[in-house]
Amino acid sequence: MAEFVVRRIALGAVVLWVMTAVVFVMFFVAPHNVANLIAGRQATPETVALVKHRLGLDQPVLHQYRDYMWRLLHGNLGYSFYNSTSVRSLIWQRVPVSFSLALGAAALWLLIGVSAGVLAATRPRSLADRAVTMGALFFYSMPSFLLGVVVFYLLFYRLHLAGIGWFPGNGYVAFTQSPWRWAQHLVLPWFTLALVTAATYARLTRGSMLDVLGEEYIRTARAKGLTERRVIYRHGLRSALTPVVTQFGIDFGTLLGGVIIVENIFGLPGLGQLAVQSVVQQDLPVVIGTIILAAAFIVVANIVVDACYGILDPRVRVH
Amino acid sequence: MLEPPPGGGSSPVVAKSPWRLAWQRLRSDRVALACAATIVLIVVVALSAPLIADAVGHKPGEADQSGGLTPEGLPLGPSWSHLFGTDYLGRDVFVRVVFAARISLLAGVVASSLAIVAGVVVGLFAGYAGGLVDTVLSRTMDVILSFPFLLFGIALVSIVGPSLTVVIGVITFFSWASVGRIVRGQTISLKEREYVEAARSLGASDLRIMFVEILPNLVAPVLVYLTLLIPSAIVFEATLSFLGLGVIPPTPTWGNMLAESLGFYQVAWWYVLFPATALLITTLAFNLLGDSVRDALDPRGERLFRQ
Repeated sequence: MAEFVVRRIALGAVVLWVMTAVVFVMFFVAPHNVANLIAGRQATPETVALVKHRLGLDQPVLHQYRDYMWRLLHGNLGYSFYNSTSVRSLIWQRVPVSFSLALGAAALWLLIGVSAGVLAATRPRSLADRAVTMGALFFYSMPSFLLGVVVFYLLFYRLHLAGIGWFPGNGYVAFTQSPWRWAQHLVLPWFTLALVTAATYARLTRGSMLDVLGEEYIRTARAKGLTERRVIYRHGLRSALTPVVTQFGIDFGTLLGGVIIVENIFGLPGLGQLAVQSVVQQDLPVVIGTIILAAAFIVVANIVVDACYGILDPRVRVH
Repeated sequence: MLEPPPGGGSSPVVAKSPWRLAWQRLRSDRVALACAATIVLIVVVALSAPLIADAVGHKPGEADQSGGLTPEGLPLGPSWSHLFGTDYLGRDVFVRVVFAARISLLAGVVASSLAIVAGVVVGLFAGYAGGLVDTVLSRTMDVILSFPFLLFGIALVSIVGPSLTVVIGVITFFSWASVGRIVRGQTISLKEREYVEAARSLGASDLRIMFVEILPNLVAPVLVYLTLLIPSAIVFEATLSFLGLGVIPPTPTWGNMLAESLGFYQVAWWYVLFPATALLITTLAFNLLGDSVRDALDPRGERLFRQ
């Protein structure tokens, strides 16, 4: 197991390095002129040269790369062009928001997806099964920004018109300040993010659960006289969950994408909002900072998921 | 579903290829037919968008500040002269929704096809060559698959500027790797088959084996994947446009129309509803059809809704 984890961490480090390299190429080496972009349309050549110098773009590429990696390794992400605060502090302020959103949504979608899938698989061809299958297809086809708009309209705006203010439409309250208001502000974004992704998990769990329930050892478990609940949850679900965990590892990228969309719809001051804002304002250090943080998050999360995978299914450790 | 066994020896026994069987299964699937009809309708509407605009008498970019807005300057509701109402500039929402279908389909189909071509070629080489080539290509695909794609997409847009070409490029770049992975897996198992060995003993070159012997056997999984890729590419384009980073106004797309409409959701429900419905119907039709295609090609009962 230890060797497996070490190998996985090494691979993760390589992936992260590749991502930082891609970011470097995108922003510093690619032929289009970042300096022109920053200096604005009516900039004089002198301004452009100044911006170039400030960004270090007039240095040789290798030299630039060395500086870039050196800064990154020291956690120095530079300063925002707009409010001259350090990118690190800008990002840190917003991490709790995105973290609350992502974690809550992921927990919710696993819960909804897996339980809907188990429900459908244990009663194949029943009404519940069909409802889950149709619902899954519907939400699977639903772009998350569209669901966000619908949820916002019905559960925020219509309810507010009716004088029911259960769900605030924007803003964020820190958990430490008031856990209740924190959850209240996040409920709609959580569900928006969770429902779209839960659909995939419902389909996946249903399929793999049906496969597993047809296996010999499930028949053996039943023949031993175990309760149906124990057969399904202890014997069936554990092995049916392996593809679900794999999918979970793949979905971190999707999760981050969803966070960007949902934060922008519900006005949550998180990393996604920061990312879009800085792209629109062409605040490059902030853009680079958020991308690298997101990449690091995905790499770390994937390592954790792979370790879980190893625990869940011992065969993985051998390969 | 299955044809009845030939009775009484009167009807001749006809051999049916797997493709023919799949086609028959697909044709008897009512949901699939309905979805196929919907998609054909959307394609026809998109292709004849200028004709439709002429027939209705509005242009997608025609801002009618006097007749297209209420005296207060707000969008007009649906009526006979504006079937889906008007938007905040007094433009006809119906005509814009129709024109937006062109962008969505174009982005969806072009990006998915490019991704399929790239994925098939890379997957074939990786799976067939094995060894170092396989390792390098597979790791590349792994890295691309673990990219936070929406974030990289918007970052790229931020430096090269938003346009349809960039959107298509971004979608292709982040989609081909999953195709490649599937093709690689299939190729690895197919290249051990006897017919490949037979071809090799007849002196066929590696390229011929890859593209003439193996490729035709990959059509089914690739086709299934294409039907899944198109709707996700359409959603990706709509999402980028929604965030203001895809196709930019005044060119109408369902995504940027929705983004504009959000400033008016309190007064103009039609402005939100029609682009949203168009987008949802399109993705739903493609996904349902994709599901049926998968069933038709791989009809092993209980694997119905498995990816």
